Amino acid sequence: MFGLSKADTRLFLIVIGLTLFAPFILNPFPEGSELAQFNAGYPDLMQRFLIFGIFAIGFNILFGLTGYLSFGHAAFLGVGSYAGVWMFKLLGMNVLPAILLSMLVAGLFSVLVGYISLRRSGIYFSILTLAFAQMSFSLAYSVLTPITGGETGLQLSANDPRIFGQSITDAGTIPVPSLFGLEMRDSFQLDVGAWLFTFNAGYYLCAVFMVLAFYLSIRIFRSPFGMMLRAVKSNQQRMTYTGLNPKPYTLAAFVISGMYAGLAGGLMVAMDPLAGAERMFWTASGEVVLMAILGGVGTLIGPVLGAGFIKYMENIVSKINDNILHQWFSFLPDGLEDVVVAIIYPFIGKGWHLTLGIMFMLVVIFLPGGLVEGGQRIGGWIGRRFGKGGSSAEAAAKPDAKSSPAE
Amino acid sequence: MDAFILQILNGLDKGSAYALIALGLTLIFGTLGVVNFAHGALFMLGAFCAVVLSRILSIAHVTVDPTRTDFLGNPLKVSTPYVHEWFGPEAGQTLIEWSVPLAILFSIPIMVAVGFAMERGLIKYFYKRPHADQILVTFGLAIVLQEVIKYFFGANPIPTPAPDALVGSFDFGALLGFDPGTIIYPYWRLIYFMFAAAVIAAVFAFLQFTTFGMVVRAGMADRETVGLLGINIDRRFTIMFAIAACVAGMAGVMYTPINSPNYHMGMDFLVLSFVVVVVGGMGSLPGAVFAGFLLGVLESFASMPAITTVIPGINQVIIYLVAIVILLTRPRGLMGRKGVMEE
Repeated sequence: MFGLSKADTRLFLIVIGLTLFAPFILNPFPEGSELAQFNAGYPDLMQRFLIFGIFAIGFNILFGLTGYLSFGHAAFLGVGSYAGVWMFKLLGMNVLPAILLSMLVAGLFSVLVGYISLRRSGIYFSILTLAFAQMSFSLAYSVLTPITGGETGLQLSANDPRIFGQSITDAGTIPVPSLFGLEMRDSFQLDVGAWLFTFNAGYYLCAVFMVLAFYLSIRIFRSPFGMMLRAVKSNQQRMTYTGLNPKPYTLAAFVISGMYAGLAGGLMVAMDPLAGAERMFWTASGEVVLMAILGGVGTLIGPVLGAGFIKYMENIVSKINDNILHQWFSFLPDGLEDVVVAIIYPFIGKGWHLTLGIMFMLVVIFLPGGLVEGGQRIGGWIGRRFGKGGSSAEAAAKPDAKSSPAE
Repeated sequence: MDAFILQILNGLDKGSAYALIALGLTLIFGTLGVVNFAHGALFMLGAFCAVVLSRILSIAHVTVDPTRTDFLGNPLKVSTPYVHEWFGPEAGQTLIEWSVPLAILFSIPIMVAVGFAMERGLIKYFYKRPHADQILVTFGLAIVLQEVIKYFFGANPIPTPAPDALVGSFDFGALLGFDPGTIIYPYWRLIYFMFAAAVIAAVFAFLQFTTFGMVVRAGMADRETVGLLGINIDRRFTIMFAIAACVAGMAGVMYTPINSPNYHMGMDFLVLSFVVVVVGGMGSLPGAVFAGFLLGVLESFASMPAITTVIPGINQVIIYLVAIVILLTRPRGLMGRKGVMEE
């Protein structure tokens, strides 16, 4: 189906299913229960899952396939956000032109950066992309303030022209982003017993883009073009000797992943029309590196999982404080409870970055294929251990491993 | 003319910090062939050594003085640092005041231990892995180290002043025959520059004039042959890693009075130091030092009002701009060795 192999179709349908039913899946605990704080099914966070998923998929097309480690990808996301907000300011509040222009501007910017940076490889490439991103960040903060809004960021105001829309609504407020009248923050809430599910228009717009982005990424991974990119990673010299010029392929991959970042930036402002320079800071680029690698670089689904994992930790796990921990462990004897809480507390709540750093190191050291590889290994182990015949379970696990090679 | 000299001086102290960190990075890259993204974190650990020492020295015990009362009328609680008791109030106070310079001695064993543990515990397994993996794992380590520091010391900068005697400023203009008051330069920055120069000289002398240094240089040039001669080069490279960590740590200790240490100061310096290293040439020690001072001075020149009015914003991007131009025109940096990381 869709021109995909059987295994890929299955993966693609799973992803479609997960994004479609995420408001249910991410809200497993009833309202008001003690575990409700682990519910991630609110629109703001679900949108972020998808947007950073798109960003990480794009980064994975560059790093996962070609092996070029870019430390400046956030610059494209930032440029895309600015372009999107300007579209809202000048044209009107429809999100489609804003998102398209975000992708276009980010794409053009990545042609420029990529053309120069790709003249070098390895660590030099990382440093060059880092230098470009830091330059964009500093300029956005200082000299380009008329375009970027400087430290306060770029915001909508009631004085914007908005040629095809209204500068200000009849109620006197600044209009909100919409898709042909469907406002992005519109939600439909469904009460089922103790559960409350929110279906948000903006989320489903992100979902459409994310599914398309994921589909394109599968096609790229399976195409002859993707094969060329893998060749760049495994042995560029040999590729040159066979008479192929790796440069256009890597540049194309760089621009595609830059446009993915631009799309993520565009969606970000479509959800919340505000853009700031801190989105371009190099730690933001580092974050997408973390996402892709934690999830499993070079695999299809890995970066999305990584993005979801990190955003979940950032928004949910970081909220846990020591009082909540004491509640959890109150069944233990007093002294032991304090000890357990004291041991666990540094790793969650405000210290979630520490857990993230440790996990990231463990993944880089032991699991080059990220969480996806970890899952496959555990799955394989369970299959061998508890499956009926060892050989049949292994055979079942193998095509799975092939469908998303951990390389 | 006086503005010119002032900018050179301003550039030198920033340049010394860049040069010290870049020197350590290059030592590690030149010996072990490892790209260490955690080097900024080592700089930060050094800075926190100073914080720890000043806290240790100020550990006090509280006694109640019944003859005096505080503003609520209760008996006044007097806290006396233990060092006051042991060495007498005056010597004790001096000790507390001079905690930053003393922290250099304090930091050396700590940083050597940290460097040793890091190399044996982690880096050693990454010799053969691609540079991208090395960058990633050390990047992860940097996050872990800075979060640990954040957990113990909080997120706010901790002011760590220089000794009172060294606070003030020095009228450099008067010395050179300009009008007094035109070139004012804080003492501590001057000390920082001289300290950096001394450390750099010591590292170079160590490599140039000792047998150990000779073996290390031979190992940098051709590791395999040195190994075949029956020399345990890995051991020596581990020691060099510890020395590099130590250099970064001392740079951090001395930087605390200039900028109050916080947990992410290392990351701020790391990016610039990497730019410095590639501009100087990967694996070239003189290149790292030269590029450090060069970029420091260029940065301070670019922030002169005369230049920012002509090209606005140039002071923000000059370092990166120079790096991009140099990387594209001179593939191995300013002073890189032929054949080392040229592709």
